[in-house]
Amino acid sequence: MTSKERLVIIGNGMAPGRMMDELFERAPGRYEVTVFNAEPRVNYDRIMLSPVLSGEKAYEDIIIHGDQWYADHGVTLHRGEKIVTIDRTAKTVTSDKGTVAAYDKLVIATGSNPFIIPVPGADLPGVITYRDLDDVEKMLEASRTRKRAIVIGGGLLGLEAAAGLKMQGMDVTVIHVMPTLMERQLDPAGGYLLQKAMEDRGIEVRTKANTKAIIGDGHVEGIELASGEIIPADIVVMAVGIRPNTGLAQEAGLACNRGIVVNNAMQTSDGVIFSLGECAEVDGQVYGIVAPLYEMARVLAAHLCDDTSSVFVHADTPTKLKVTGINLFSLGDFGEGDDREEIVLRDATSGVYKRLILKDNRIIGTVLFGDVADGAWFNDLKKKATDISEMRETLIFGQSYQGGAPLDPMAAVAALPDDAEICGCNGICKGKITGAITEKGLTSLDDVRAHTKASASCGTCTGLVEQLMALTLGDTYNPAAVQPMCGCTDLGHDDVRRLIKAKELKSIPAVMQELEWKSSCGCAKCRPALNYYLVCDWPDEYADDYQSRFINERVHANIQKDGTYSVVPRMWGGVTSSKELRAIADVVDKFNIPTVKCTGGQRIDMLGIKKEDLPAVWADLGKAGFVSGQAYAKGLRTVKTCVGTDWCRFGTQDSTGLGIKLEKFMWGSWTPAKVKLAVSGCPRNCAEATCKDVGVVCVDSGFEIHFAGAAGLDIKGTEVLGLVKTEEEALEYIVALTQMYREQGRYLERIYKWAKRIGYDEVRRQIMDDADKRKAYFDRFVFSQKFAQVDPWSERVSGKDKHEFRPMATIGFPEAAE
Amino acid sequence: MDWHEIGRIEDIPRRGARCIKTPAGKIGIFRTAEDQVFALEDHCPHKGGPLSQGIVHGGAVTCPLHNMVIDLETGQAMGADQGFVPTIPVRNDNGVLYIGLAASGLMAAE
Repeated sequence: MTSKERLVIIGNGMAPGRMMDELFERAPGRYEVTVFNAEPRVNYDRIMLSPVLSGEKAYEDIIIHGDQWYADHGVTLHRGEKIVTIDRTAKTVTSDKGTVAAYDKLVIATGSNPFIIPVPGADLPGVITYRDLDDVEKMLEASRTRKRAIVIGGGLLGLEAAAGLKMQGMDVTVIHVMPTLMERQLDPAGGYLLQKAMEDRGIEVRTKANTKAIIGDGHVEGIELASGEIIPADIVVMAVGIRPNTGLAQEAGLACNRGIVVNNAMQTSDGVIFSLGECAEVDGQVYGIVAPLYEMARVLAAHLCDDTSSVFVHADTPTKLKVTGINLFSLGDFGEGDDREEIVLRDATSGVYKRLILKDNRIIGTVLFGDVADGAWFNDLKKKATDISEMRETLIFGQSYQGGAPLDPMAAVAALPDDAEICGCNGICKGKITGAITEKGLTSLDDVRAHTKASASCGTCTGLVEQLMALTLGDTYNPAAVQPMCGCTDLGHDDVRRLIKAKELKSIPAVMQELEWKSSCGCAKCRPALNYYLVCDWPDEYADDYQSRFINERVHANIQKDGTYSVVPRMWGGVTSSKELRAIADVVDKFNIPTVKCTGGQRIDMLGIKKEDLPAVWADLGKAGFVSGQAYAKGLRTVKTCVGTDWCRFGTQDSTGLGIKLEKFMWGSWTPAKVKLAVSGCPRNCAEATCKDVGVVCVDSGFEIHFAGAAGLDIKGTEVLGLVKTEEEALEYIVALTQMYREQGRYLERIYKWAKRIGYDEVRRQIMDDADKRKAYFDRFVFSQKFAQVDPWSERVSGKDKHEFRPMATIGFPEAAE
Repeated sequence: MDWHEIGRIEDIPRRGARCIKTPAGKIGIFRTAEDQVFALEDHCPHKGGPLSQGIVHGGAVTCPLHNMVIDLETGQAMGADQGFVPTIPVRNDNGVLYIGLAASGLMAAE
């Protein structure tokens, strides 16, 4: 029938499929419809590819429109034919098989292409994308014969692919370049929980991992990371993102940005050509999830029926992950801001995390993990912009809680029966704790821990135990005033350190989730402390969090009052040479360094260096053999020495040599606060060893080791640790003492304060008297040094953290200036 | 007001900052954990510390010199401190960042 208008659709995905449903409903028979589908199939539900991959569904289950549907609606479907040209003057399209079709109206729904990261080996057989049924079949086939899979990309699609391949029996590793999974839809806390849930399924997750190359001879054999590490694999699935497929539209001269530009009626720059789906860009946005695509379909169908009242409007759509057993929901805007407030609920034991972001008493964003039952309700409140001030106190507990009486936590504990388990780790019930409190007259939490073991392991039941103490002791219970680390937590430093070890927490988001932090990303007090504790406790596993370090430790120089920096190269034991001094003089001249000064620790300090000049200064110093003096670090600073038996007529030992040995052994180690050492060659003590964190005073019979001195805010002479006979012993004892302090000190607590807190005798007992303990401390220090002794200056001269030393942009200067 | 392109959001580390040089002085540009971007004059109201060198946490930055905490969105000192840093409008077009400066602002004496 020539009277019908001819509608040609390029693409047969879900968006045009839904559009046709809407169109045939509104105006059956109005158009003669021709569809070109590059895939040799009918329209199927692409969202359900993950269940097909995991084996929970079959292809037949996910077909949306079967052959009969096309026949019933008189649609001509060209399967396996790809349109190669659009002739806008003649109003025809031509396929790769030579089929020509004329149109009155044309719809471009070419969807998107998976993005392939351009690394060497990306074209090797065995590299698979995750986009259509062909890809799924390739993965299923691989899973039958091969064992190890790597999925590159920790977004929605990548994680679903990983879970599916795991269910097919493969060993799966997910490689993700960002620090947390699904960072676009989840905040770091949610990303951490998701990672844990994936790992619980036996899927290995590697974050902050950058793929350098895919390796293999004729077929994939593994990947190489930027770190040089090689991970073997039989297949590599790339799921790093999608690119709108705009090639055809571009060749036809239609306006394109990221996608094919359409107005809110889905009309392209050519009035009779429309576009929808993942290839279309409306108001600068492109979409990859189904809800907005179906909305586009509805709008386009209306316009094709001359109903112009319907326009496409952006709406936030919740994100959900289709991995059986992982419950995750995220919606809207979860950024922070001054006009925003957040409500956070964390329940570490059951792995629940809920966060609501409020603005003007209205929900604008939601992240739910573990318990997503109220997702729909929060979505509804957000959509309707409901004022939540009335139910604010209980909002986070969800819909079913609203209107109920608020719970009194004390009443709940009082109501527990005597055999109710309080401490799961140690199997301690309520009766045992209350009994011990009464019989033994316990009054402090530490006493209860010592006598019953309750809350002495993981500590999550501490709150319950304290409530029991308050119930049993009444007003006489006076909880020990533990100074919290900062406003982000009620826990003190010691509890946090204990729990990091007990619960094996190995990242900052892990600590914040498991220890129920009250803020979403900490503050400038807790973040550097946590970063230190994690570096100290997991030297080989923890990835240092650069953004949680103070500026001095980020740029490896000391910031000065005017924003310039000072640089102190290491001079081992305070000994230098003409060659070193000449190199310093040259650097001072070359960079116009205004001040050069000797420090209290026998080093040379160059002050007033511009941040941009730092890498060049270090490069020149490096050529003369200098490494960073770490004068900025909460770590080993300097070992001051006198000239000892080399020159001094009173010297009893080689104090200079021992100082250099200590410095070479201990440099690079991070400590709770700065650590300064000194070695004096005789009791005249010219190196002033008796006011240092650790000092050595040499005597005829050996080496007297001192510790816990101070000559700063406080002045305090050292305590004597003990006398040892040989240099080797002196080194071992000092290193063990330092490690004990590293493991027990609170962040920013100097050795003298730590030692006073735990008792000088206790330090002596563990280091001088207990050889096994001393050896264990020593070994742990040595192990951690394997990862710590890297010169930060030469790393940065070779390009590490280059962004730190350059302005992001320079604007407004006249072209010729500078 | 003129909009000046300054680079892409990925150029700034999450929970970090960079600085922009202008004839009128430096501007700090901050990216939060959740990809919001703010710009402030790079000058703490307390003693002039370079805010772009501080630790970024939540929607705030702590000055590297004496730990004054500045709200990135409003430029106001937080907590018990008093003080204010001028804010600069930022536009994020699909990851490309622009800052808005009055034409005269670039020339203003610091």
